[in-house]
Amino acid sequence: MSKLVVTSIGPASSVQDAGRPGSQRYGLVPSGAMDRLALAAANTLVGNELFAAAVEIGPFGASFTARGGAVRVALAGAPRNADIGGRPVAFDSSATLADGETLNLGFARGGSFSYLAIEHGIEGEPMFGSLAVNARAGLGSPYARPLQSGDELKTKAASGAAERRIELPAATDAPIRIVFGPQDDEFAEDNKKLFTDSEWKISATSDRMGYRLEGPVIKHLDGHNIVSDGTVNGSIQVPGNGQPIVLMPDRGTSGGYPKIATVITADFGRFAQISAGRPFRFKAVSMVEAQAEAIKFHALLHSLPDRLRGIEDFGLNIEALRDANVAGQAVSAIDAATWQVAVP
Amino acid sequence: MAETLNPPRLLPSGDSAITVEFSRTIDDAANRRVLALDRVIAAEPIAGITETVPTYRSLLVHYDPVQISFDALGAQLLARAAKAPPSETGTRRWRIPVTYGGEHGIDLEDVAKTLGTTPDQIVARHVAGDYRVAMIGFTPGWSYLSGLETFLHMPRRKDPRLLTPAGTISIGGIQTGVQCLAGPSGWHLLGRTPVRTYQLHRDPTFLLEPGDAITFAAVDAKTFAEQDRAAEAGAFVAELVTP
Repeated sequence: MSKLVVTSIGPASSVQDAGRPGSQRYGLVPSGAMDRLALAAANTLVGNELFAAAVEIGPFGASFTARGGAVRVALAGAPRNADIGGRPVAFDSSATLADGETLNLGFARGGSFSYLAIEHGIEGEPMFGSLAVNARAGLGSPYARPLQSGDELKTKAASGAAERRIELPAATDAPIRIVFGPQDDEFAEDNKKLFTDSEWKISATSDRMGYRLEGPVIKHLDGHNIVSDGTVNGSIQVPGNGQPIVLMPDRGTSGGYPKIATVITADFGRFAQISAGRPFRFKAVSMVEAQAEAIKFHALLHSLPDRLRGIEDFGLNIEALRDANVAGQAVSAIDAATWQVAVP
Repeated sequence: MAETLNPPRLLPSGDSAITVEFSRTIDDAANRRVLALDRVIAAEPIAGITETVPTYRSLLVHYDPVQISFDALGAQLLARAAKAPPSETGTRRWRIPVTYGGEHGIDLEDVAKTLGTTPDQIVARHVAGDYRVAMIGFTPGWSYLSGLETFLHMPRRKDPRLLTPAGTISIGGIQTGVQCLAGPSGWHLLGRTPVRTYQLHRDPTFLLEPGDAITFAAVDAKTFAEQDRAAEAGAFVAELVTP
């Protein structure tokens, strides 16, 4: 039996997978990964199913030590400096820790969440078919709470398979696309325009329940209390102070503020990765376009196994790239393969 | 009586969910239509729907846009809503034990004072009510009940409490509720029930369904303590009056 021992970890780090849909009618939110493409890419690199449980690592650093045998892992999502016992490790690649070796991860650069997938997955007891942590509901396995130092993630010994990298679409900082509704008629046209025409920032007080936005005050036509109705990932609700909150995977299943718009499925992970304080914009699209993008996003997820490449034909010097990353904040090849452009 | 929308409005909740809205206000007739549409969809499934979430005035329908488009699903939902029968068949009725007042319901005396009556009268009125689960939401098992008599309607607290106990029975606005997990609430706390509407490793995990009928039964603190232990061990404690 191999395991990864958490030797250090920051807040907002937990085991996540595709979550547990199907019980929202009972008030149980699905939870699940903030950035599903990054989760699926990490899993694909080590031969797991797309949405196997992996470690979602928040913006701060973390380290993991292999015990009881070698452990093969992969990293995707928000890039960081990473090394195993001093050997640099690239994101969007797999790597193997020998028994006793430690994987060290720095702070997230140009994003919020990174995913550490473990070959053969993480052992745990699924609840409603999922290991995803939902601390409020007492759900999640092997721990029904965010990870802490000393926690152990049990798995099977590394297969010894050749390491892989994965080619992902180029990063973009294009506006986050939304469709208006369900309660956009609670807002005057000029306030809807203010919403899409303004620059926004995500507040540092955001979490897996919701991202608070900072920007102009969005006014309601008549009052900010509506009768509670259902929510989805990406619902953009506007409370009384006019500062929108985007609902994230640990949201309440119902809410009583008018929802002006909803982030489209294809852009949700990219939105979840926007760092606190970094300016961004929204762009309204039609339902037809949003659904076409959702279908393309679904196809992208299922094309991931075809995007695997051998490490040997990387053709680039990883150490040189890493040095470039550490030295400057230019968009490097490593960053370009993730969803975030480095913050200038 | 607020108006219900016929046909209901189809509101986009992103590219993977539709809100089918029957009313813009809390309205028992609209809620019955929500639950009726939910039952019709369960009986005659539409390919692509992944789950449905009934609320007071609307049914949120989650779906997979790879399988069905907004327009195609919207048309089918309107057709189902048009034929959804408003009557309920096979409604379950639960009797839920509650210990009112004291440490179990710290707002009972204030509620009585505000409404110009005695705590005993508040309990008598609340326990006499015939309620229905209008929706379950916010946190697991939090059941919002319709049917609170007008005399007990009261605005929510100005300052919501950040932590209220598991099993709290409370009133807020024109609603009463059964709260399962400890958590924040702006409602007035009348009592507590030992019943767990959500409990892991129990079959079923969720005790109540939207549409279930509910009556309360007042029990003393000693009974609460006994039933709380039984419920912790997995007993329903709530009594199924009619299946």
